[in-house]
Amino acid sequence: MPDVQALVNDFVLKLKRRKIEGSHASAQHTAELLRSVISHQRMPYTNQAGALIDAVKAVGEQLIAANPVELAVGNIVRRVLHIIREEDLSSTATAIEGLGLSAGSDDDDEGQHEDRPALSAAALAAAARSTLRAPSLQTLLEDIPDSAAAPQPPSSGGDSEGKSKSADKNIRSRKLKHDVIEAINELIQDIDTCHEQISEQAVEHIHQNEVILTLGRSRTVKEFLCAAKEKNRSFRVFVAEGAPRYQGHVLAKELVSKGIQTTVITDSAVFAMISRVNMVIVGAHAIMANGGVIAPVGINMVALAAQRHAVPFVVVAGSHKLCPLYPHNPEVLLNDLKCPSDLLDFGEFSDCMDFGSHGGSPLLHVVNPAFDYVPPKLVSLFITDTGGHNPSYMYRLIADYYSADDLVVKRRSTS
Amino acid sequence: MAQKKGHRSLSSDDPEELARVPLQAVLLADSFATKFRPITLERPKVLLPLVNAPMIDYTLAWLESVGVEEAFVFCCAHSQQVKDYLNKSQWMKQPGTFTVQPIESHDSISAGDALRVIYNLGVICGDFVLVSGDTISNMSLKEALQEHKERRKKDPLAVMTMVIKHSKPSSLTHQTRLGNDEILMAIDPDTKELLYYEDKTDQSQRFITLDKMLLASTPTLHLHNDKQDCYIDICSPEVLSLFTDNFDYQHLRRHFVKGLLVDDLMGYKIFTHEIHSSYAARIDNFRSYDTISKDIIQRWTYPMVPDVQYFGNCSQMKLDRLGIYKAPEVDQSRTAQIRAFSLIGNGTAIGDHSVISNSVIGQSCTIGRNVSIQGSYIWDNVIIEDDCKLSHALVCDGVHLRAGVVLEPGVILSFKVEVGQKIVIPAYSKVSLLPQPSKQDSDEELEYADANSGVVESPSITSIANTRNVDPVPDSPDAEHSDTSEVGISGVGYIWSTTEGGHEEEWRHSIAPIPAEKLMEFCLSAHTDLGVSNQDVNSLPASGELQLDSESTGFDDGEDYKDSADFEKEVEATFQRVLAGVNPENVILEINSLRLSYDMSHADCAGSLFYSIMKSALSAPFSSNLSFGNLI
Repeated sequence: MPDVQALVNDFVLKLKRRKIEGSHASAQHTAELLRSVISHQRMPYTNQAGALIDAVKAVGEQLIAANPVELAVGNIVRRVLHIIREEDLSSTATAIEGLGLSAGSDDDDEGQHEDRPALSAAALAAAARSTLRAPSLQTLLEDIPDSAAAPQPPSSGGDSEGKSKSADKNIRSRKLKHDVIEAINELIQDIDTCHEQISEQAVEHIHQNEVILTLGRSRTVKEFLCAAKEKNRSFRVFVAEGAPRYQGHVLAKELVSKGIQTTVITDSAVFAMISRVNMVIVGAHAIMANGGVIAPVGINMVALAAQRHAVPFVVVAGSHKLCPLYPHNPEVLLNDLKCPSDLLDFGEFSDCMDFGSHGGSPLLHVVNPAFDYVPPKLVSLFITDTGGHNPSYMYRLIADYYSADDLVVKRRSTS
Repeated sequence: MAQKKGHRSLSSDDPEELARVPLQAVLLADSFATKFRPITLERPKVLLPLVNAPMIDYTLAWLESVGVEEAFVFCCAHSQQVKDYLNKSQWMKQPGTFTVQPIESHDSISAGDALRVIYNLGVICGDFVLVSGDTISNMSLKEALQEHKERRKKDPLAVMTMVIKHSKPSSLTHQTRLGNDEILMAIDPDTKELLYYEDKTDQSQRFITLDKMLLASTPTLHLHNDKQDCYIDICSPEVLSLFTDNFDYQHLRRHFVKGLLVDDLMGYKIFTHEIHSSYAARIDNFRSYDTISKDIIQRWTYPMVPDVQYFGNCSQMKLDRLGIYKAPEVDQSRTAQIRAFSLIGNGTAIGDHSVISNSVIGQSCTIGRNVSIQGSYIWDNVIIEDDCKLSHALVCDGVHLRAGVVLEPGVILSFKVEVGQKIVIPAYSKVSLLPQPSKQDSDEELEYADANSGVVESPSITSIANTRNVDPVPDSPDAEHSDTSEVGISGVGYIWSTTEGGHEEEWRHSIAPIPAEKLMEFCLSAHTDLGVSNQDVNSLPASGELQLDSESTGFDDGEDYKDSADFEKEVEATFQRVLAGVNPENVILEINSLRLSYDMSHADCAGSLFYSIMKSALSAPFSSNLSFGNLI
């Protein structure tokens, strides 16, 4: 598949050169790339899921290494791996139900073992695991009939339940790939629509005459605020400008064009203003498994100020930003140091960096980190496309979206 | 991507350029200079590692990122090495719009020759970017290109746009932080046209001569000595034909730019484009190698920094606190310290109690115990045994330093040099396996020699004889080499003698910071310089301030200052005549006319008058009270 390899290389280069940045864009591109990888993957006769998983892992490892700061890439890779596993499990489960313990079903399972009885036992165990597994809280919720805004279930275990039980093996072999691609399409759609899903909940959170503070610019926050405005809520927004990139200025422009009362303040004025604020709404770069947030620099300060004044601190983020890793994991690169020229004019300070005359060691150092880490205890609420959640609930969402085997994509595939 | 779209739309609404020409670039993979000798005898300069990636990668990555579609790499010296590298690198096999094409030539001895060769090949069809292969930048060319194109439409004589950057030269040494001499440019502030360019301002006499016509023809003109020439030019195809027409043009700046500026027959114009937030610099000498390495480590060149794998071929680096970059597989002893702003390459082992600060260390190096490395650049596969001390040195691939070696600031050790035990290599020495070339040496010599800088020309045979220690014998490592001369190397390598003219320049262009004594010297000379011209006024605190001003703002104020000194002298002399008995009325008249002729204010006048009164009061005995009374 030279064309797929070219696609992968192209994307890896773009990630490396930071041509694709931002969680949303990189998540979307990753999902689309993995979809084409899977659709071009030749399916072996046995162990199809294994082959798919290996292929995705091989690509995923490259992608993650290309820009480790962009955690969304890794999230999507793990989501896709999880989708493959789920589809595989569900098809096995249906096969077992339909055909019983026939020899034919054994071929489709992990073909690493040679002894057949053990293999079928493993298949049984897997099937049992899938059936015995406690239903996730989310699927429980979705069973409630009138959940209007409930999104598509990420695991399509429920979907394949209704599929014909007398599935032929030949059909199934094609079906696995097909199902996986279907599920990835759903994932892509989820990523596409996450802003709408989140902003649908805006009216429940933003009330009349409230004062809302945000920092920098996040597309999710913008859509969230605009959605509330469209529902004729009138409220005011304080925008901290978000030095040194001053994305807050852009956000202020966008909000004003939508007719929202906006006040721009400096980042350093946040503490002074927070007592007048009813709610802080910010975007995030990634949500970690412990409920901590990696967000644009300055947000930790806002969170601390909010806690001091008991102002709710709300983080809005699409579920593709949900990262199954903990912030102390060695694989996680928490920060990215950007160019100091955002802060200082090189020409003005060039005499401070004349290495010829100050003993050769630089006396001036400029640090320009991109992100902050906000510990979970400072966050009051997460609003994702599946609804509002507590920080302590994140591990549960993660169990729904990811399987534990995939947490470290790297090590498995190299071994 | 956006860049390219911009292009397309630009050319589509332009009827003349219906056929879109791809943006081309000419990359000179040869510096046509000898600054990096002896290293460049063995490897071309563009392939030398800069923070563990070859310089040419930085340039190519930049060209690719600004939307250049065809890059012509002009190789001259060591062309085979450059070509081999390019063939192996990702640049050649990269899919997409960026293509790299090497051009080889063996008889070019200057940038001028190179451009003539390229003209004869006829590959350039539109505006092109001219850079040398040692340029580091992260600037976006979009704006500059657009400006250039618009100017071209209005005025076809605008053939070139030079990229400049604000950067203050040191007020003491009058050299930029990159180790070049300060450049004096006259720029029209409205049109950004370059009117005057001088890169070798005479240090001893601090004035320049501007053509009177220059002042007559332009209403305003800014003189800058705080601009850095980035050596990134956007040229029109005419530039190539100009080089062909004027076959004596060799150097891009010294001949071409100055030639165009002086020549008013053709009326070609050069414009400047100043960049503010982005970075651009060229590695011209060892000092700029040091400075730019530090800039990269301090991330001014983002995203071309070690922990972003911009070129793809280098290993993953991790950035720790305080600007320490570490490859994943570094074998560091627990007691070894890596201090701020250092970079350690993959597979390097560092022994107990070693201290590394402000240094770049390449791949697969072995560093023993109690080694101190400070401000140094160590390339790949270097072995440094116990108790060595390196400060501000450059150590190339495969060098072996045996136990106890001390490298003083500014030492350059070229490829595979071996240094025996407990040898101290004196400051600013250059050691190479190859002997210093004499004039009738290989033609490689020819390729490298800068035809016009006769001073840096290779030494004559006599100077070879003067070489302090020629020791080509690969001694057994333990044999302590006791030479009568101060320098001894047991190991392999020649110490190059510094060329006669070059000795003065050695500290200017070295990796080592300027030694404190030199700085002191400069401080003193700066003071005495002013002292000589204004002896009388030096005691005045007020003019002391003035003195500082004139120092920093440069040339025009100096003239003013001289005037005021003269004025004070004159006033004093006139005042003395009152004391000598001349009618005060006349003297008042005289002082007034003095004031008018020197164009001074009343305050100046009163000040200097007061000064002369005080001075005469100091010198005169008390008996002269009477005459004061007269005056008052």
